[in-house]
Amino acid sequence: MSTTGQSAIVAAGVRKAFDETTVLDGVDLTVAEGTIFALLGPNGAGKTTMVRILSTLITPDAGQVCVAGHDVAREPDAVRGLIGVTGQFSALDDLCTGLENMRLMADLNHLGSSAGRSRVSELLDRFGLADAAHKPVTTYSGGMRRRLDLAMTLVGNPRVIFLDEPTTGLDPGSRRMMWDSIRELVAGGVTILLTTQYLDEADELADRIAVLDRGRIVAEGTADELKRRVSGGHVRLQVPTARCLHGAVALLDGASYDEEKLEIEVPTDGTVSALRHLLSVLDDGDIEVDQLSIHTPDLDDVFFAVTGHPTEEVLALP
Amino acid sequence: MTTIAYTLRDSATMTRRNVRRLLRYPSMTIVLVGMPVVFLLLFVYVFGGQLSHGLGGALSGGHVGRNGYLNYVAPGVLLLTVAAAVQGTAIVVAMDMTSGIIDRFRTMAIARSSVLTGHVLAALIQTMAGLAFVIGFAVALGFRPTAGVVPWLAAIGLLGLFAFALVWLATALGLAAKSVETASNTPMFIMLLVFLGSGFVPASTMPAGLEQFARYQPFTPVTETLRGLLTGTPIGSNGIEAVAWSAGIAFVSYLWAIHLYRHRRAS
Repeated sequence: MSTTGQSAIVAAGVRKAFDETTVLDGVDLTVAEGTIFALLGPNGAGKTTMVRILSTLITPDAGQVCVAGHDVAREPDAVRGLIGVTGQFSALDDLCTGLENMRLMADLNHLGSSAGRSRVSELLDRFGLADAAHKPVTTYSGGMRRRLDLAMTLVGNPRVIFLDEPTTGLDPGSRRMMWDSIRELVAGGVTILLTTQYLDEADELADRIAVLDRGRIVAEGTADELKRRVSGGHVRLQVPTARCLHGAVALLDGASYDEEKLEIEVPTDGTVSALRHLLSVLDDGDIEVDQLSIHTPDLDDVFFAVTGHPTEEVLALP
Repeated sequence: MTTIAYTLRDSATMTRRNVRRLLRYPSMTIVLVGMPVVFLLLFVYVFGGQLSHGLGGALSGGHVGRNGYLNYVAPGVLLLTVAAAVQGTAIVVAMDMTSGIIDRFRTMAIARSSVLTGHVLAALIQTMAGLAFVIGFAVALGFRPTAGVVPWLAAIGLLGLFAFALVWLATALGLAAKSVETASNTPMFIMLLVFLGSGFVPASTMPAGLEQFARYQPFTPVTETLRGLLTGTPIGSNGIEAVAWSAGIAFVSYLWAIHLYRHRRAS
């Protein structure tokens, strides 16, 4: 089934309120097949509610949702057959072992006994859980639980996977392992929608990012596109003497400086020509520079720009 | 496979899961079976000597004294076993519903009903095993049912049917409970009904108002039918009433449980 370029997830005008409180206020999003899409937002932004709607757990008050080619409202079972969900809270059976949890998934996915057995042992191997397979999951570490959770989601070979805050609460090592697993999945052709509060996670993993704030998508694009939307890029110069510092500041527009540290910050759009211009100005003025570093805006800058100040200039961006 | 085949397969999977969970958490089953055993010992050895004097004609099969009371009270203790077991069911269901794995099931293409069916069948297996143990214990103490094969089968069938009804009721109570604590308290009234019927003393010995209540509540016809089947006391219309009550409770509780499960507020 070659479906390159098709959309795995399409949501239009999704609204949801719980007891008068609007949680989602008209969310549109489109996720291309075989890509990772990150829904980025602070706690309470509506990320989990959106995932619950996309994964057929709750129905929206308004709007249309199509996942893996099926309408979520009209054919929820068809959608369920093609998706996998790993929620924010572990969905394991604590009274059972890792192997028993996996077997349960194999049975519920109606895999035959030999197909189920090989799928289960393959996944346990892949997630480094083979040695702990016979231990009750209550003895697992946080990272192991999360990996088992994801492994259980994969038993049914889902085409679209929802990961709600997949690395929240994990130590850096487990987090990196989880990232690697997620990348592997997409390499295998599945589509992933993940939610996260971590900007570096979205930056690291996602092909496209949507910033969700108070039930609305306030910005959407690739990580680079989002970074380009905010100012905040600058060049940092380290100079040897106070004389150089003042000389440079006099020549450069908009420069700010720190006399103690002998540092100058010059705003830049990050293009090569701007940098070349900066260097030639410094050369012409005979200013000595020890070190130069370029700071491009990261998602933190984006995040604060779009959620901290939801002004027209942010919302008016294309 | 057809839809029905999938439903059966998923229900069997869920039943296996729940039986395994009950086996992994045996302390609850032990406590639940231990309670009727304690009541049996208490009523036979502490109260039984005195109580047997007042029972007179109600004692059956030529048993008298403490032993006569044991034969009288055993069917009541069996129903107490059912009532105690389903209290556990409500707790187990509530615990499961508050865990993340239920949401996982709800996002999978499995028969929706299988989650509840699995709980009900596992609880029924647990209850029947508990009943077998308590019957064995009562026999060891001197309980001597006079029943032949057919009445025994009928008694087991009635216990199974009534347990099925109360398990569905407890499942609904477990689903309705906002927390596991609530779920452990709400089914308490079921246990009380055993005492407010003819389980431990004949209803006719109670004050008028209570006697009326005892006569028309479901546990009394079930107790009397069971007692009749096992020890040969007259059953009369109690048999039909017992079956009707069981079917009615099962049906209403089933609809209630399904409704609660479908409309469970997703938060």
